[in-house]
Amino acid sequence: MPSRDEIFEKVRSALVDALGVDEDEVTPSATMVGDLGAESIDFLDIVFRLEKAFGIKIPRGELFPEHILTSSEFVTNGKVNAAGLAALKAQMPFYDLTKFEQNPSVQNFPNMLTVEDMVRYVQSKVGA
Amino acid sequence: MRWFWIDRFDEFVRGRNAVAVKNVSLAEEHMHDHFPGAALMPNSLIVEGMAQTAGLLVADAIEYNRRVVLAKVAGADFHFDAVPGDTIRFQAEILDLKAGGSLTKVVSSVDGRVQGEAELFFAHLEPGEGVPKLFEPEELLKWLDQMHIYDVGRDEAGQPLQRPDW
Repeated sequence: MPSRDEIFEKVRSALVDALGVDEDEVTPSATMVGDLGAESIDFLDIVFRLEKAFGIKIPRGELFPEHILTSSEFVTNGKVNAAGLAALKAQMPFYDLTKFEQNPSVQNFPNMLTVEDMVRYVQSKVGA
Repeated sequence: MRWFWIDRFDEFVRGRNAVAVKNVSLAEEHMHDHFPGAALMPNSLIVEGMAQTAGLLVADAIEYNRRVVLAKVAGADFHFDAVPGDTIRFQAEILDLKAGGSLTKVVSSVDGRVQGEAELFFAHLEPGEGVPKLFEPEELLKWLDQMHIYDVGRDEAGQPLQRPDW
């Protein structure tokens, strides 16, 4: 199993290629959307590159929970409700949702994803 | 009218790689005044040729069931300008193909010299909301015939490509 540093280096390389950012911009705390400028299509590109770099399969909806964020069961008035937060935590234990819970507006979700979240996601995949 | 930006395919291996050529002509209007005094092919239009080559390769691989849209130029480098009289050769390769999208690499060259390289990312959109009817079969076939896809095309096993029965 690769070390956390090895995973970070490969994630960083994938993000540099996918987003056209400099290596030193890709820090663990950098947010994908706000700091690195990722747009929705970039997430599909990132999925491709992570799959290749780590030899893993990333099913649709696993890295980005669109099925939860667009569900009327889990979203009330544009905010993820308690059931939705529970579903996010259960299905995406690799994400740190502490900040998101303070204002769980659906629009905020992509803004809170960080590079560290990506690293933890990959760790959960390669460690499985 | 469709905006043709490649003249024909020279090689086409289903799901893998293709080679298309484009002859650059001073008759093309953008040569006249895009860069006043310098008749050269803007590299943004080289990317269009790359995208048509790789896009058709991808569309064929998914049997034209979804609309293949250039979603992202993940990286592009150019080394010199293509000018009237040049024949640009686009070599496209599918790096990864999934239901929702594909990643391709295309190299453009002139007289054997690498002119440009790009990674192109395509999204595959399902027909439905926001995506009009994908194509008129007759029109698409005419286009593919003009590109000689079924003259030079081979499937993964090396057999000639079958012209679809639409």
